[in-house]
Amino acid sequence: MNRPLSPHLSIHKKVLTAVFSIFHRFTGIGLSVGAFLLSCWIIILALGEKYYGIFQTISSFFIFKVILFLWTLAIFYHLYNGIRYLIWSYGKMMDLKIVYKTGYAVLVLSFMSTLMVWLLV
Amino acid sequence: MVQFALPKNSKIKEGIQHPVKEQSESPKKIVIYRWSPDDDENPRLDSYEIDLKKCGPMVLDALMKIKNEIDSSLTFRRSCREGVCGSCAMNIDGVNTLACLKPIEEVNGEIRIYPLPHMPVVKDLVPDLTKVYKQLASIKPWLQRSKKAEASKSKLIEEIKQSPKDREKLDGQWECVLCFCCTTSCPSYWWNSDEYLGPAVLLQAARWVNDSRDVERKKRLQEINDSMKLYRCHSIMNCTRSCPKGLNPAKAIADLKKAIVTEL
Repeated sequence: MNRPLSPHLSIHKKVLTAVFSIFHRFTGIGLSVGAFLLSCWIIILALGEKYYGIFQTISSFFIFKVILFLWTLAIFYHLYNGIRYLIWSYGKMMDLKIVYKTGYAVLVLSFMSTLMVWLLV
Repeated sequence: MVQFALPKNSKIKEGIQHPVKEQSESPKKIVIYRWSPDDDENPRLDSYEIDLKKCGPMVLDALMKIKNEIDSSLTFRRSCREGVCGSCAMNIDGVNTLACLKPIEEVNGEIRIYPLPHMPVVKDLVPDLTKVYKQLASIKPWLQRSKKAEASKSKLIEEIKQSPKDREKLDGQWECVLCFCCTTSCPSYWWNSDEYLGPAVLLQAARWVNDSRDVERKKRLQEINDSMKLYRCHSIMNCTRSCPKGLNPAKAIADLKKAIVTEL
């Protein structure tokens, strides 16, 4: 029987439970890629005087600052959301209402922590 | 396997707009996924308009009204109309729920109705549940007693007692009506349904694991302790979000994982 497959991703509402979860993955991937790029950036600095110009040009790009900001945000999101997952592993705080509240808390905390880092450093 | 796009035969086409028969006081547009095995056409989206003044309060009432008055070929499952049988599970306004428990007024604008996501379609809003039923059977959803007790039953059938406290451990699990709203809302189940059991079946596994009268707790835990069967659950929590009975399959699964770590 040639039965069609009912639609899924395209029609399911983007419920926050799933959105928080997929962003945990996205930030995880972003952090790995970002860590690699940041190491390259620092390696250029370590190469000595000759390459200092390149280091300065890269650092002066506005887009570089934006990416670095997003990377910081990803660190905090992944960290706080990771703690949320750890608590869930104990079967705690899994009531839907609390799940939503802690989700929002993770968002607020990560933005505040990121701003703190950028304002203080 | 993860496949984001729909197969060729499942792509949705534009459908028929059923004409409005009379002037209605409170019109509501309803868009419904249609597919029939009788021709070679792809699925399509048909739209209907009904008068809410002449319709019951729930989405299921609207579907019955359409079937009775506009298009008798519209096909869907329904039985109890009060959230006990689990037949009318479908995707309404983007979220899986029971049509009989979903008030029409909760949906702003047009109501879009699809079958449960990522399932083979039998007809219109009727999904093929063969696989999920097989998965349910695989966790042995019945009470297992020791061989000794079985052998002696010919002489004396003894009552199996359960304290109120032990009975309480099954609350939040026995109420499941097996509508599979949760299982079909789980992205992990969409991509791994061949091996992952899904939230509904795992909630049932928990229901029997936690039954004080069952003697096979350990064996049950061993059987689901499998990287595919159980651990494809990544706590996305869509299951809990969509359960029309307000149950929490995600927590039941977390407790199963915990029991495996602490008891096996």
